[in-house]
Amino acid sequence: MKYLLLIYHDEAAFSALTEPERQQVYLEYRKLRERLNSGGQFIDGSQLQATATAASVRIRDGKDLVTDGPFAETHEQLGGYFLIDVDNVAEAVAVAKQIPSARTGTVEVRPLVESAAEANA
Amino acid sequence: MLSHVAIDLPSESNYVTLVDVPDSTATLEQVFREEYGRIIATLIRISGSFDLAEEALQEAFVSAAAGWEHNGLPRNPGAWLTTTAHRKLLDAVRREQTKTNKQSELQYEVERLHPFDELSLNEDVVEYPDDRLRLIFTCCHPTLNRETQVALTLRTLGGLTTTEIARAFLLPEPTMAQRLVRAKSKIRLARIPYAIPSLDVLSERLAAVQAVIYLIFNEGYTATAGDSLVRTDLCAEAIRLGRVLCELMPNEPENVGLLALMLLQDSRREARMDQRGELVTLEDQDRSRWDRSRIAEGLRLIEKSLPLGRVGNYQLQAAIAAVHAEAAKAGETDWPQIVALYQELMRINSSPIVALNYGAAVAMSEGFEKGLRLVEEAGANGKLEHYYLFHAARADLLRRLNHPKEAKAAYLRALALTTNRVEQQFIRRRLGQLSETDGHSG
Repeated sequence: MKYLLLIYHDEAAFSALTEPERQQVYLEYRKLRERLNSGGQFIDGSQLQATATAASVRIRDGKDLVTDGPFAETHEQLGGYFLIDVDNVAEAVAVAKQIPSARTGTVEVRPLVESAAEANA
Repeated sequence: MLSHVAIDLPSESNYVTLVDVPDSTATLEQVFREEYGRIIATLIRISGSFDLAEEALQEAFVSAAAGWEHNGLPRNPGAWLTTTAHRKLLDAVRREQTKTNKQSELQYEVERLHPFDELSLNEDVVEYPDDRLRLIFTCCHPTLNRETQVALTLRTLGGLTTTEIARAFLLPEPTMAQRLVRAKSKIRLARIPYAIPSLDVLSERLAAVQAVIYLIFNEGYTATAGDSLVRTDLCAEAIRLGRVLCELMPNEPENVGLLALMLLQDSRREARMDQRGELVTLEDQDRSRWDRSRIAEGLRLIEKSLPLGRVGNYQLQAAIAAVHAEAAKAGETDWPQIVALYQELMRINSSPIVALNYGAAVAMSEGFEKGLRLVEEAGANGKLEHYYLFHAARADLLRRLNHPKEAKAAYLRALALTTNRVEQQFIRRRLGQLSETDGHSG
């Protein structure tokens, strides 16, 4: 089963970390990635550039609107993701718990729709 | 621009000079203003970095300031500055290369710079293509927000300093500086291409460029906040950018229309405010104070663009401004012509603001009552509820139709919505006049 782990954190707080603190977080991420890799669970994952670099695309009435964004006034921003392959949601949650940002932010665990049958279920 | 009824806004003389320089460096300053956009555009293409380009150009200007005073002006100052800055770029990259830890970041730039050999960098030999179109389209890229587009365009293409831009928009300098830093980092991180957009999106992207320039003009012409109504520096800069755009894309009639529109509006600047700094409506303006050379140029441009047959927003607005410009007295204004032009404009632009302007023009041509009805229709469903000119236009028509109470209510609504002090004064004056009328009748 594939799960997408969406990592939300407070971007401002993250960028306010000191360099050693940040390196510590990155180290934890690298170790987690290695563990997932050796267990055959890792498919993909990455940190994202800050939301200031984002673009939002909408098409309305046949007109495309490409804008600066996102504008959502939320406390936490999407800062990265893991795509993993595990047996069930319990395992996915167990992985999510090891994500460093879960301690300060939120990790959303989302199973992928892997077949049309599921989509229609 | 709602410029017909009582709502034409004042002009003022609080000229904020962009650059205060001693006379001895006036020539360098002139070159700086004239050449900045073109040189920086080239340097950004060569270096692939806004920051490196800015630093190199800054250093080149320092060299120029030192050298030109002794040796006189080079034959082609722009080319001299470009090649000098180009050499500074190579120096900078070489310096960075020695710091190995920073090498990866600059790999991109090094590759770009590689084909150039320092010895061949001679201003009489190297010919740089004009890269300003790439620059302006990059600055106005849709993934940057409008405020950022404006700031970046003024900073790079206009060569204004961060301090000047911050002052023009009445923002603290650190805020403006941060906005520019973020913009440049977004261009780098999201890889906003430094390129002229492809044909399929060109017209849309060009519309964004025109919108940015017109926004700069309007911010100068009717400042959204502050004590003065007009910020001449921004108007002048917008007109200069409009000229650049016409020069770079001369076959786009809307570029010509935009320049014509700005010139025609700007021609009225001096007449929009009286000696006491109070607003004078278009109807009451001393037309001898209109700038004839601006008008002549605006008329010439619009006459050139309209026959091209690709009429658009700016050309129509310019044509409307031209009708005003051609009337020697307010009473001689060809209102039916203006109404016809607004009808044309409504066909291509469904904005309620255009409908509001149309109503205002009809009021002058076919009667206040009919005009008022159209103005209210334009604002139906609360579409213009927060637009102060809607309430001001309504108030003015109610005043003319002798409904002082309703006029007063509408003026009060307008007053609450404008943040510009001169506009507020104007509305207060109207309110005062209404109270007098009230007193006489009651």
